Amino acid sequence: MYQTIISAAVEGAEATNPLVPNVWEMGVVFVGFAVLMYIVVKFVVPMFEKTFAERAEAIEGGIAKAEKAQAEASAALEEYKQQLTDARAEANRIREEARAEGAQILADLKEKAASESARITAQAHVQIESERQAAVVSLRSEVGTLATTLAGRIVGEALNDDERSARVVDRFLADLENQNAGAAK
Amino acid sequence: MHLPAILPWGVADGFSKQMLLVILSVVIIATFFLLAARKQQLVPGKLQFAGEMAYGFVRNSIAKDIIGGKDFMKYVPLLFSLFFFILVNNIYGAIPVIQLPSFSHVGGAYVLAGIVYVTWIGIGIKKNGLKYFKLATVPSGVPVYILPLIIPIEIISNFLVRPVTHSLRLFATMLAGHLIVMIAGSGIEFLVMQENILLKGTSLLVIAGAVAMYMLEALIMALQAYVFTLLTAIYIEGALHADSH
Repeated sequence: MYQTIISAAVEGAEATNPLVPNVWEMGVVFVGFAVLMYIVVKFVVPMFEKTFAERAEAIEGGIAKAEKAQAEASAALEEYKQQLTDARAEANRIREEARAEGAQILADLKEKAASESARITAQAHVQIESERQAAVVSLRSEVGTLATTLAGRIVGEALNDDERSARVVDRFLADLENQNAGAAK
Repeated sequence: MHLPAILPWGVADGFSKQMLLVILSVVIIATFFLLAARKQQLVPGKLQFAGEMAYGFVRNSIAKDIIGGKDFMKYVPLLFSLFFFILVNNIYGAIPVIQLPSFSHVGGAYVLAGIVYVTWIGIGIKKNGLKYFKLATVPSGVPVYILPLIIPIEIISNFLVRPVTHSLRLFATMLAGHLIVMIAGSGIEFLVMQENILLKGTSLLVIAGAVAMYMLEALIMALQAYVFTLLTAIYIEGALHADSH
C-alpha cells in the first residue's frame, strides 16, 4: 500500500518541476502585490508619516514653547531688576534732594533769623534812643521845676515868675552841659 | 498536503489555494495597517502602537539604516509592502489548517524578485545613466590585467545570478520547510499505524522532532521575509551609490 503511495508521489514529482511557475499564480501575486503597494503608497505610509511628523512637531513645539516661556520669564525678571534699580536710584535721588532742600531751608531760616534779629536790634536801638531823648526832655523840664521849687523853698523867695525861673534853669543846665563837655574833653 | 485547485475543482491551472491565500494576505495587511494608522493619535493606542512598531521597523531598521540619506523615504513603501507581504504569506505555513506558505510555489517568488530586479536596475540607470552598467561591473582600484576575469564575474553575479538567488532563496526555504513538516506529519501517521508496539513508540521521537522543526520553520519564515527585504534594500542602495562602490 505504502509503495503505491510513494510511487504515486514520485510520479507526481516527476510530472511537475517545482522551478516551473504557474502563470496564473504569478498573475495573482503580481496583482495582489500591486494592490497592496497602491494602498501602502496612497494611505498607510502617508498616514504613519503624518502621525510621526505631528508627534515630532508636538514634542519640538512643546520644547520651543517652554524655551519661549523661559525667555519671557527671564526677560520679566530682568525688567523687574531694572525697575528695582531704577526705583532705588530714584529713592536715592529724592533723598538727596530732600537733604539738599532741607539744608537750603535751614540756611534760609538762619539767614532770615539773623536779619530779623538784626532788624529787631536796630529797632530797639532806635527806640531806646528815642526814649532816652524823651527821657532827657522830660527830665530837663521836671528837674527844672523841681530845682526851682527847691530853690524857692530854700531861698524863701517866690520864684513864681516862670519866665525868669525858666531862664535861670536853662542857664544852669547849659553851664552843666558845658561842664560835662569840658570834662569829656 | 496540497489541496487541489478550488475553481474549477481539481484542474491544475485553476484557482488554487495559494491564490486565495495571496489575496487574503493583501486583505489582512491592508486592513491591519489602515486600522492602525487611521486614528493618527499623538499618544497611540495599542493597535496604533503595534502598527507604528511594525512600520517603524521597516522604515528605520531596514530602509533608513541601509539606504540612509535623504531619499530613503522613497523606497519605504516598496520595502514595507515586500516585508509584510512575504511575512504574512510565509506565516501561513505555521498556522494550523492553512499550513501552506504561499511562496512554496515558485511563481510568487519570481514575481517579487522580478519587481525588485527591475526596480534597482531602473534606479541605477536613472541615477547614473547608461554609465551605471560600467559602474556596476567594473570595480575601481583593480589592476587592468585582472579586469577580463572580473568583469564577466561581476556581470554574472550582479545581473544574472542575483535575481535567481533572490527568488529561489525564498522559494526553496519555504518549500523545504513545508516538505519537512509534511514528511514529519506523514511519518508520524505511518509510525502510529504500525502493529509493532516498539515501532509505534518511535513515533514519539518523530513528534518531538516535528515540533522542533515546526519552531525552526516559524523562525525561518520570519527570517526569510526580513532577508528578502534587507537584500532589496541593499540592491537599491548599491544602485543609488554605484559610483562610490
